[in-house]
Amino acid sequence: MQADLVVKNVVLNDKKGDLIVHQGKIKEFVPGGTERVQAEEEFDGQGFLLWPSLIDVHVHLREPGFEYKEDINSGLKAAIAGGFGQVMAMANTNPVNDSASVTEFMLEQARNFHPHGPFLHPIGALTKGLTGKELSPMAELAEAGCKAFSNDGLPVENNELFRRAVEYSSDLGLKVIDHCEDSYLSHEGLMNEGEVSAYLGLKGIPSVAETMQVARDILMAAYLDLPIHLAHISCRQSVELIAWAKQKSIPITAETCPHYLVWDETLVQGYNTLAKVNPPLRTKDDVLALQQAVREKVIDVLATDHAPHAQFEKDVPFAEAPNGISGLDTALSLCFGLVLDGVLSNDDLIRLFVQAPAEIFDLKANAFQEGDVADFFLFAPEAEWEVGPETMLSKGKNTPALGQKLRGQVMAHFLRGRLVFNRI
Amino acid sequence: MHWSHKDLLDVSQLSVEEIRHVFETARHFLEINRRPVKKVPTLKGKSVVLFFAEPSTRTKTSFDMAAKRLSADSFSLSKSGSSLLKGESLKDTALTLQAMRPDAIVVRHSFSGAAEFLAKNLYCTVINAGDGWHAHPTQALLDGFTLSQVWESFENREILILGDIAHSRVARSDIILLTKLGARVRLCAPRTLLPFDVKNWPVTLFTDLERACEGVDAIICLRLQLERQEAGLLPDLREYAQRYGLARKHLALAKDDVKIMHPGPMNRGVEISSELADGDRSLILDQVEAGVAVRMAVLYLYLARPGTQLHH
Repeated sequence: MQADLVVKNVVLNDKKGDLIVHQGKIKEFVPGGTERVQAEEEFDGQGFLLWPSLIDVHVHLREPGFEYKEDINSGLKAAIAGGFGQVMAMANTNPVNDSASVTEFMLEQARNFHPHGPFLHPIGALTKGLTGKELSPMAELAEAGCKAFSNDGLPVENNELFRRAVEYSSDLGLKVIDHCEDSYLSHEGLMNEGEVSAYLGLKGIPSVAETMQVARDILMAAYLDLPIHLAHISCRQSVELIAWAKQKSIPITAETCPHYLVWDETLVQGYNTLAKVNPPLRTKDDVLALQQAVREKVIDVLATDHAPHAQFEKDVPFAEAPNGISGLDTALSLCFGLVLDGVLSNDDLIRLFVQAPAEIFDLKANAFQEGDVADFFLFAPEAEWEVGPETMLSKGKNTPALGQKLRGQVMAHFLRGRLVFNRI
Repeated sequence: MHWSHKDLLDVSQLSVEEIRHVFETARHFLEINRRPVKKVPTLKGKSVVLFFAEPSTRTKTSFDMAAKRLSADSFSLSKSGSSLLKGESLKDTALTLQAMRPDAIVVRHSFSGAAEFLAKNLYCTVINAGDGWHAHPTQALLDGFTLSQVWESFENREILILGDIAHSRVARSDIILLTKLGARVRLCAPRTLLPFDVKNWPVTLFTDLERACEGVDAIICLRLQLERQEAGLLPDLREYAQRYGLARKHLALAKDDVKIMHPGPMNRGVEISSELADGDRSLILDQVEAGVAVRMAVLYLYLARPGTQLHH
């Protein structure tokens, strides 16, 4: 058998064997190993687990405009080290990604710095300048390479405009990703509204600010019979509404983020700006509801909402700190912690981080079947690493995990059959 | 008593014994303040920066007077007079101040947590003179001290805090301090001015002022910020004054010797009638007098502790 690459001694579904790759595609996994393959290149996988490359449908790479927080190069470095082979980047750059030239610039930066991946898929602005007033030139953005549309960060209040955006984008075969937030209800809010905000004297963001908009989107999707993807769901009531919508076969899909599965509002105590994120970290009960929702497929996708900020921006009083948690470096290990705790399985993670995102946004995924794209990484489940400025490749070190020891690490990452990251 | 705290951020840091020790210390200073010569050399050579990034008259003056009566040197800095207006971060402003080697920074800021933020970044003592909606420890201490001057014990005392609780740092600190001392605390306000989730707070909630006043030993009125109406939390001030303004008729429902308090500045005719503010049940001016003594006690305890001159 002809092959470009054989990755030897790796473990797939509890079986140790060799993975054979040819012309950037999966050829075969041979349990027990093979001697009959003539490969141009051999790589010893040392018994590490074989995982398909993850897809992150919600990141902020900050370029153009905020390169001091992150740029496309550093963001993609963090992605590949974190297990992600493809990322979808939100439009709240400066200038906003509401024209083909910005989309093309982003794609060119990605190709220049990472010609062999990880792969960047820009998300176009839903409205011009993200102002919520006029639709952006969606066809132009789609043609330039955008894979979805969103007003993430600045939710569209105007229901009529939102309806037209959903309709227009469906003509282009692309989905709208909605940031679910009623900005009147969340106005000037700094953290989850509840016991902790009352104690700390911080203005709260009520969970109903999210659920109100989730309900709107569900009703809109039902009325139009068109899909809408709900971003970063954070609370139990949203989960209950989404479960109801799915029972009714309303074409709603939804994502949540690792940080909503592992942390709650109590992390804000001491005015911890690293735990300041929008939507905010909610209650323990919301965390449990979300864990159940991802297990039971009510929530389809895990996404990081990777939001890097410079250290000096978070080193301010809580009210002044920007929202956001840097997530690409830590997402997999945080979620693998949930696997170790028995909350999720490896299969759940692959469904949430690979299969569902690929299906919803029409991206290529690897299921280790012959002909699949050879995007995969070797994962060391026993490896322990401490989250710190040196161990994170993102420019943004803003995560509540800072200083924590996490289990599980990406050791080597191959895209289209080519080694693009190696820690071995 | 050995005083081990570096900073005063909220009364939740203080034990009951420590609160009583502040009161005991303040009692001595109250006596000094009533002498013809009101100055002692206790903190001679110490420097105190009064960093008020939010408008304040009485708290700032009270701290200033307290520092001077203890012979400390006090320096004032307001937001308008600082580089904060030029875009400098709070941390950089504070580090600049620290480089001038003060012994304490007394800070008032509109952000909850600002004092804690500074305390984490500075070696010198930080005293919270009010941060956002969060805490106002010296106000709580002076409120408690004022009541301790008229009551032997706080046990079984019913104290009503009336008004804009949601946005009040005074209320939050008073609740902690008064319940620590053994009093029972009631809160009364329209629901729009109560914090959203206080089910675990050691308080009883009322939205009806007459019921809230029944049998209380003291009523602490809070200032209503007039912009609450513009924020949609109240229909208008007239309606608020009618439903939640403390008036003579409410006194009949309270204990005969009920005490009336207010942290000031007052909106007469809105949260409290002028007649009650100036009446014989009012402790409002006693609070102001107590404020200087309590702040002298705080500065003394924090700055005269051993090792305070060794900041790096």
